Amino acid sequence: MLQVKNICGGYGTTPILKDISFQVGKGTFLGILGPNGCGKSTLLKIISSILKPSSGKILIDDKEIESYSNRELAKKMTVLPQLQGTIFSNTVRETVSIGRYPHQKGFFSQWSKEDEQAVNQAMLQTGVKRYENSYLENLSGGERQRVFIAQALAQSSQLVLLDEPTNHLDIAHQQQILDMIRKEVTEHGLTVVSVLHDINLAALYCDELLLMENGQVRAFGKPHEVVLEKEIEDVYDAQISLQAHPEQPKPQITILPEIQEPLKDKRITRNHIQIKSEYVELRSQFPLRVLSSAVHNAGLGWYENFINRTVKPDYNIEHVQEEFIQFLNKEGLSPTNTVGMMTAVESSKAIIKQYNASFGEVIVIVTAGIGGAIDVSKTYEREFPIRVGTINIWVIVNAKLSDEAFVQAMMTATEAKVKALHSEQVVDVQTKTIATGTPTDSLLIAATQTGDYMQYGGPITPVGKIVGRGVFEATIEAIRNYRKGD
Amino acid sequence: MNRLIIAYISSMVALFVSIWLGVSIGSVDVPFSTFWDDTNESLYNILWTIRMPRVLLAGLVGASLAIAGAAFQGLLKNPLADPYTLGVSSGASVGAVATIFFSISIPFISNFTLPIIGMVGALLTMVIVLTFSRLIDRSMKMETLILTGVIFSSFLGSCISLMIALTGDQLREIMSWLLGSVSMRGWPFVKMIVPFVAIGSILLWLYRRELNAMMYGDERAMALGVNVKRSKYAILIGGSMLTGAAVAVSGTIGFVGLVVPHMTRMMWGTDHRHLLPLSFLNGASLLIICDLVSRTIIAPAEIPIGVITAFIGAPVFSYIFYKQRRK
Repeated sequence: MLQVKNICGGYGTTPILKDISFQVGKGTFLGILGPNGCGKSTLLKIISSILKPSSGKILIDDKEIESYSNRELAKKMTVLPQLQGTIFSNTVRETVSIGRYPHQKGFFSQWSKEDEQAVNQAMLQTGVKRYENSYLENLSGGERQRVFIAQALAQSSQLVLLDEPTNHLDIAHQQQILDMIRKEVTEHGLTVVSVLHDINLAALYCDELLLMENGQVRAFGKPHEVVLEKEIEDVYDAQISLQAHPEQPKPQITILPEIQEPLKDKRITRNHIQIKSEYVELRSQFPLRVLSSAVHNAGLGWYENFINRTVKPDYNIEHVQEEFIQFLNKEGLSPTNTVGMMTAVESSKAIIKQYNASFGEVIVIVTAGIGGAIDVSKTYEREFPIRVGTINIWVIVNAKLSDEAFVQAMMTATEAKVKALHSEQVVDVQTKTIATGTPTDSLLIAATQTGDYMQYGGPITPVGKIVGRGVFEATIEAIRNYRKGD
Repeated sequence: MNRLIIAYISSMVALFVSIWLGVSIGSVDVPFSTFWDDTNESLYNILWTIRMPRVLLAGLVGASLAIAGAAFQGLLKNPLADPYTLGVSSGASVGAVATIFFSISIPFISNFTLPIIGMVGALLTMVIVLTFSRLIDRSMKMETLILTGVIFSSFLGSCISLMIALTGDQLREIMSWLLGSVSMRGWPFVKMIVPFVAIGSILLWLYRRELNAMMYGDERAMALGVNVKRSKYAILIGGSMLTGAAVAVSGTIGFVGLVVPHMTRMMWGTDHRHLLPLSFLNGASLLIICDLVSRTIIAPAEIPIGVITAFIGAPVFSYIFYKQRRK
């Protein structure tokens, strides 16, 4: 659709762009990224032939853009510049109708049925039809932007160039506009080239990205090929971290602020943990990075409060989410800052052990109810339901753990738990084999993320050694505690 | 569509009513029947040799200023622009005032010396302003054009002031010309201005769609396939032609070119396909009525028409502005 070949150029005699080449296929959404002043807008202006390049060629459908007449080119390609709006009042319909300009031939041509259809269609696609008779100045920024996109769609060009279409819009409008553009690309084969400021939005919506630096192409390809931690940090000269989008297979970045909170004594010791009548509680006073399979706020996150709550064996699990939040509110714990587990074991039977490692303390807290113990290798042949009982394990590490260290620590802790059950001869009552856990076991790894950096958490690493031993010992004691009470 | 039909019909009706009032009211009342009844020769003469050319001239001048104002406001994307913004009228004025000041009279066309020199002045100014702004900025941005216009207007304005300061006998003549008038011009003036009005208006009307597109900025207009540079030249030349012709025959009549496009826009919308012709019609009506008032309100004396346009135009404009904003 669009081929840019060795473009150099800029304003006046100062070259801004240096030898830029890339191509965009039909039905592709290309995002142009780059820091301020890298030449993104200049490139857009050269592609749209507002500026002439000093050398190089731009081809649309394999023909150089100079060979098209103004109107022919306008039917192939259109541009929406950034600042828009008029001094005079125009209605939405009037504004969208202007998009038909290149289709009106001669000085006297009349408004045709085709024009009318294209305008209505564009207004429907962008959702502005319902206020077609409103004046532009009475619309919000996002609605106005949609009207201008409708104008571009009414033009029926196959290639649309956009300059930061979501600038100054709130996230709802950003989403609406990008969803809309994405839909046109996917469903109607529109080709879109857009300058975007927001790397995350670009990675999320674009098929391909062009990363520019000082008027040159730094990277060009699929989002996962372009949005790389090193590349972005280098080009933007900013500290960032890369993660996966929670739902889409697209990379997302987060800024890492340079300013850090004044370093208090960010240590967690045995003294932070209290055993109350209804739950075991850890209040850390600063957020810990947590990976867990808790009832409330499971998964990866940052939390300050942790409870392991004792409930009656006949607790109604149906409304657990709402009930848990009510409980936290009643106890004065912020539901968005607390990880919660549940057990039928009394909180007084919890085992809390502290280990002092070379890098810092590791605290292990275990409550074990083994009434429902099962052998994981035999569950396919056993019958349910089973009795209540659950083993909840917390491991709090005073160190900085990498993502893989978190996962490895979970594995290590699980293995240690299985070994503890084995060593205590906990048996699955149905299969008569050694049990490996209960069906509802929960595990939580939390780290202060200060101090020594721990890349790995496997069994022979400094962290793994303590986790393995600690979970094993604490689980054994918890099992014994449980049996004593029986 | 219905709204537009109403717009055209009401504007046409207003124009015909204005023309009729213009020709019938005065020191002698001319009944409508005089149009076809030539039994009363003096009435017939008053209608066809005095009133009619005056009314038509007022109408043509008003129409020219209004359509040029509408086009300039759209082109310059500036609601304060009027036909005089680019300095063309000052050029015409300098020509005209110089004619009076130096008592110039060109042989064979003595009566038309003033309007012709005025038009030449307008034309020269237009060429200079366009060339100069193109020299500064090849893409001829609107800001460049407006600033160049303002510079040349002030310069030419002081030339006029200089001539006024130095003149003795012709002061009254110069002043009355500057304040604008359409009296005692007769058919020759009407005939002289008609081709300019026709060509200028048609030129602007041909670029009505380009004006619509250029409201959204030059870049957007280019993306829509508009030949922006050619359109700018055409509109500037068309508008300047209309302005120069109007000023040359009637002096600098203010307010029409500024206010009529605004009133038309507020009532019937911004679409230049209709804004241009409707401004043309309404400008004609307004100036005919203003001329009528100027010669009847303290008859037999006449008030300069420029004073009346402001007297009538300002309150009407304020009223519409108020009503519009309160909605």
